[in-house]
Amino acid sequence: MSADPARMRTLQTRLLWGLLLAPALLWLIGLIVLPHVELALLSLRVRVAPRVYEPSLAQYRTFFEEPLYWHTFVRTAVMSVIATALTLLLAFPIAWTIAKIARGQMRALLFVLCLIPFWVSETVRTLGWMILLRESGVLPQALAALGLTAAPVELLYHDATILVGLVYTSLLFMVVPLIGALDTLDDSLIEAAYDLGGSGITILRDIVIPHAAPGITAGCIVVFMLTVGNYLTPTLLGGKNSLWFTEQIYTQFITRFNWEQGAAFGFLLLVLSTAIVWLGLKLAGQKFGDVMRRT
Amino acid sequence: MIPSLPRPAWLRAGTAVYATAFFAFLFLPLVVVAVFAFNDAPYPAPPWRGFTLDWFGGGKGRTGLFADGPLLHSLATSAWVAAWVTLLSVAVGTANAFLIERARFAGKQALSLLMLAPLVIPGVILGISILAFASRLAQLADDLFGLELDFLRPGLTLVVLGQFSYIVAIATLTIAARLKRFDITLEEAAYNLGASRAAVFATITLPYLKPALIGAAVISFLMSFENFNTTLMLVGSDPPLTVLMYGRMREGASPVLNAVSLFLMLASAALAIVLMKGGRRAA
Repeated sequence: MSADPARMRTLQTRLLWGLLLAPALLWLIGLIVLPHVELALLSLRVRVAPRVYEPSLAQYRTFFEEPLYWHTFVRTAVMSVIATALTLLLAFPIAWTIAKIARGQMRALLFVLCLIPFWVSETVRTLGWMILLRESGVLPQALAALGLTAAPVELLYHDATILVGLVYTSLLFMVVPLIGALDTLDDSLIEAAYDLGGSGITILRDIVIPHAAPGITAGCIVVFMLTVGNYLTPTLLGGKNSLWFTEQIYTQFITRFNWEQGAAFGFLLLVLSTAIVWLGLKLAGQKFGDVMRRT
Repeated sequence: MIPSLPRPAWLRAGTAVYATAFFAFLFLPLVVVAVFAFNDAPYPAPPWRGFTLDWFGGGKGRTGLFADGPLLHSLATSAWVAAWVTLLSVAVGTANAFLIERARFAGKQALSLLMLAPLVIPGVILGISILAFASRLAQLADDLFGLELDFLRPGLTLVVLGQFSYIVAIATLTIAARLKRFDITLEEAAYNLGASRAAVFATITLPYLKPALIGAAVISFLMSFENFNTTLMLVGSDPPLTVLMYGRMREGASPVLNAVSLFLMLASAALAIVLMKGGRRAA
């Protein structure tokens, strides 16, 4: 073999890229692709005797035949859509204030104030809501002391409580992409529209929202996904009434050790989450990669 | 409306009121958690019964944070897991960033899109799929070779792998974003001057990437420390802090949880300040 230096160099380069590729492939195949294949296989079989399994759609049939399961599924989806919409409505004015109205130091301060609560774990924030809302907690006691209610009322374990918790946890993931999108909107466009007689509503509809669409899509997709897959907030703030779909997955997988059923539920949740992400991208005419890099 | 346009007084006032209410909503839960860490009562609830440090140091038969063995142990467990996740995520994330930004090979587009997939898979599903796959591998090893591979059973190794599976995607994005803005002529100049590949990497590329590496490390550590969904599915007999806290919160809260929460808040605040100071110096 003649040691051709140029060839040695390309060989070396290839070896280097191969070495860089190895961890990526190990990660994606070993921790993402194969586990999901395993989950799919699990969900498509049924146990007929100890350690004997047959391919079957029984797990999915159970889901459609048992009202509790698909009710929980639909409920989780609907509540997540509501939570996403509420988060968008609450976050938009703040994102606007930070991106367009506040200046200099104030702007930086408001942005950091938005970030701070999210440096603390969801567990801690949920603990705060529990102390605030439970019957013996701060808000019910305050309401009773002010005479607004005759006796302290239980504010935990309602659907509204779950929504408050979900919106609260999601705000940051909406505010950040919105600020990013509004920041790039040229003020002179708004001024021009105003000079041409556009009202606040028309400007918002025809100029601001079309420009901010990528940010709005990115925020909504991330928030919906986090909400639909949330476990902690619904179970702690909703208690036994929460009926959140991730809870069903946990029950099947961990409590009942019925992995086949749990895997089917997991796949259904994955389909729901992917479908909504896809729908959101379609509606806004966005590409997945661009949206994810934005957040 | 923007400041350069006439804004009616009610709109200005409305903006200020809304912003105040918004930030009150944001901070109320945190303030409440912090305040009730010092209340001299067995439950974190009003009325205020006076100031005490019992929930940190103990006293009056109460177990404070610093004497609560399981709690301290779970704190250490979380830190241990987070350290591994950070190390793995930054290392693999750096390799991935070079792959995305520098390499040219067939299927690269598909690969970089697949790298984003873990970010849109709910954490619970990442958890159960890895649990199921690991258990299949363990079963296989047992059947074929009679090997007992304990690390494939629910426990901290799986927790680290589960958290890593999506945190590395975030680390990759962070590092790749900075690598994209790198001026490649700097490297070319160094090569022209006769530097070896390793020397160029160590003296030119790596220092340039440093802020992104630190940023990715902090984010990875924090996300791992706070992770609940994936961890819950993979945890064995050794619960990290979030899982332990969740269990205790279901049973009924004790102000010790407030105390540990306050500790966490102070720790993240310190981390944030260090990061911002570092970021400013680099910028």
